[in-house]
Amino acid sequence: MRRLSRALGPAGGAGALAVVVILALALVGPFVAPHGAAERVGAAFVAPTSEAWLGTDQLGRDVLSRLLHGGRSMLLLSCAALGLAYLVGGAIGLVAALAPGPVETALMRPLDVLLALPPFLVLAVLATGSGRGAVVIVAAVGLANIPGIARVVRTAALEVSVRGWVEAATARGERIAAIACREILPNITKPLLADAGVRITTAISLVGTANFLGLGLQPPLADWGLMIAENRSGLLLQPWAVLAPALCIAVLAVGVNVTADALTQPGRRYGGTPAAIEGGRQ
Amino acid sequence: MTGAIAEVVGVRVEAPGGALLDHVDLTVLPGEVLGVVGESGSGKTTLALALLGETPPGTRATAGRVTVAGTPMLHVTPAERRQHLGRIVAYVPQDPVLALNPAMRVGRQVAEVARAHHDRRDETIDTRAMRALRRAELPGDPSFLRRWPHQISGGQQQRVTLAQAVVNEPRLLVLDEPTTGLDVITQADLLAQLRRLRDEAGCGILYVTHDIAAVAGIADRLAVLYAGRVVEEGPTSTLLSQPRHPYTAALIDAVPDPRRARGSAGLPGVVPPVGARPSGCSFAPRCGLVERLCLDAPPPPAHVGTQHRVACLNSERTGSVVVSAPTVRRVSTPSPRTSPSPANTLLVVEDLHAVHRTRRRQVVAAAGISFSLDRDECVALLGASGSGKSTIARCIVGLHRPTAGTVRLGGTILGRSVRHRRRDQRRRIQLVPQNPADTLDPSRTVGEQVARPARILRRRSARQAVAEAVELLDQVRLPTAVAARRPGELSGGERQRVALARALAARPEVLVCDEITSALDVSVQAVVLDLLADLRTELGLAMVFISHDLGVVASVADRVAVLADGRVCETGPTREVLESPRTPVARQLVHAAPRLPYRDVADATSVS
Repeated sequence: MRRLSRALGPAGGAGALAVVVILALALVGPFVAPHGAAERVGAAFVAPTSEAWLGTDQLGRDVLSRLLHGGRSMLLLSCAALGLAYLVGGAIGLVAALAPGPVETALMRPLDVLLALPPFLVLAVLATGSGRGAVVIVAAVGLANIPGIARVVRTAALEVSVRGWVEAATARGERIAAIACREILPNITKPLLADAGVRITTAISLVGTANFLGLGLQPPLADWGLMIAENRSGLLLQPWAVLAPALCIAVLAVGVNVTADALTQPGRRYGGTPAAIEGGRQ
Repeated sequence: MTGAIAEVVGVRVEAPGGALLDHVDLTVLPGEVLGVVGESGSGKTTLALALLGETPPGTRATAGRVTVAGTPMLHVTPAERRQHLGRIVAYVPQDPVLALNPAMRVGRQVAEVARAHHDRRDETIDTRAMRALRRAELPGDPSFLRRWPHQISGGQQQRVTLAQAVVNEPRLLVLDEPTTGLDVITQADLLAQLRRLRDEAGCGILYVTHDIAAVAGIADRLAVLYAGRVVEEGPTSTLLSQPRHPYTAALIDAVPDPRRARGSAGLPGVVPPVGARPSGCSFAPRCGLVERLCLDAPPPPAHVGTQHRVACLNSERTGSVVVSAPTVRRVSTPSPRTSPSPANTLLVVEDLHAVHRTRRRQVVAAAGISFSLDRDECVALLGASGSGKSTIARCIVGLHRPTAGTVRLGGTILGRSVRHRRRDQRRRIQLVPQNPADTLDPSRTVGEQVARPARILRRRSARQAVAEAVELLDQVRLPTAVAARRPGELSGGERQRVALARALAARPEVLVCDEITSALDVSVQAVVLDLLADLRTELGLAMVFISHDLGVVASVADRVAVLADGRVCETGPTREVLESPRTPVARQLVHAAPRLPYRDVADATSVS
């Protein structure tokens, strides 16, 4: 724990705290919510009262309860999409770095085409083709991230792949998978982490936007993106119905970024001992 | 001293844990070269910085003064310092690759430095830049000015940084290890040129290095720095012929010399780090002449001759006793071999061709290399950088695919790449790579890395491999506690020993060592060479030893193959090639090797 807090520093610590709070809100929320997600408690767009702390939404449901219910789907979708993207994109990037030539071309060129497509076009095409829903969002956000991840992983891995310890591993005949996972992956975490900070933020906003546009999850489900979309007509009457979910998304995004930045600071974490700095000449 | 260009008086630079420099007194006269010699951690870079009026981040100069050409350098405002830099004192950094902007043409990089001290519209700037480049003995023609740093050689890059330093005609030039990373021929050229530059420009030069042989041929006086203090200072000839401090004597003994058959003597241990320095003489823990008095207080510097100062209580005894000092270990003389015997041949490289492909062109790295290696023999591949040495090493271990030719091990032709070699074939040849900074995986512990080859190549269980790793660390003279550390916590010499242990974990028959000591301090290099010699006798290893340094080759190799432009141009027993080189390439290499001019060669060879 102390090592972690030293690795993060004060700014990173605050960012990590924000992420943890939002995660807790999303995960535990449904169990502590005073009302059900679809339960009507009063008139539409009622301002905050002692009963409903954040007021009600356009159908008279409790905003606080929907906020507590609505984080889970967004986080789950973003995580699933990014997990998929890192699995596929990371594997492609590593293989492309370790097997230059035709294999690399065969893997990377199709990704360049994918990179040229706007993610919402992909999302719209997928939604029209196979209907709306969680799976489509995960697939679309995943696809949108695969090319970028593959390129970042490939570039970082290429740099490391010519280093002495990788050559030593090649010379003793380690399998490609072992070289990729044992020798390369642990040494490219910094660039990956820096990239992931931005990527998580855009993935969250992409999921939010997709739901907002109605291409993903459908009402009456509670979801932060959907909440913003549904209640924007009453923004002036009852701003909390929009502001509360928007604020949650914003805090999460900023928190993730600050944490990732802190972890990639030079001199923190890996080999950041004074000996390593003094021994620079050798 | 009157008339000095640079004066350092009682300087103390303090870091939070202790002093980096303490009680340092030095002077540089006009037209004089002062060599400052010391190992990593001795404070020599801090001293170089102090002459520029800087201190390393997080440290402060708490006592003393530094004056260059009558101008105080310490405790001035940044604006004043910018005025001094380049005009009064200029700096030539260690690594030109880091010092030059890769995105700026060579001519402009030099002109920019001139512009810092002249009116931007001054029309003489370009002529100044041209003159500086010519003074650094670079072609001053427009086509050279338009080159990018990556289009010129390492030696030329270092000359560009030299041109940057002299463009504003400074009174003092500070050079920080300017020849580290250059091969012997380029280094000899640069040193000869520095001599001419000094005569021509009349500026003082402070030359900081770990290699006493490199600076011996150019310095008028030497100062030996240890743990932040000047332990000995004197005229070069006196200091080298009659060193009075045991540390100086050990440094001199660590220099490998092609003319000495018995090789060099290592100086085990490292400079005590800041904060862990003993209260007495800092050299005491490594000294063979240590007495009780040495441990009480740092010995004060005392004059022992004209301009010769030494800080040692035992300076009277040093001269006579140092040869048998207990800290000094001797490398065994390589047994002379006349010709390889076919029955005993282990490795045969036959007509090897290899190229490097870049996007646009193809560089020939090996054009018909043939040589053979006997069991428990050491063959050195000797050549300047760019002669194809490393590529040959990589072909032998299967990391580079040759375009033609074969590598035979014990009569069997080996596959061209590792993927086509059987596990046992891979096990029998092991590579020790060049750069200690990246031979080891920074994210894994030393123990894990040393254990791995036994698991992969010899199918040992995890427990067995770890147990063996501990033994191997002991065999390369590292404390077993090192197993739990990560490479970032080790010094360069320690990392190189771990790399050796990792290679040995495979129980190889052939060890391919690719310039394994070129990035190390001379004293550390001697320790590693010492270890190699012991391992050879203990384990009966055959070795392909790649180097550009004749002194090193002389102390380890039985036979030498001299390489140039991807060909073997001369081969023979080490002594023969070094004493009577037949080809111009070999002669040039032998001639360029740095050696100590004042060493008594006859005496040195008769001992042992």
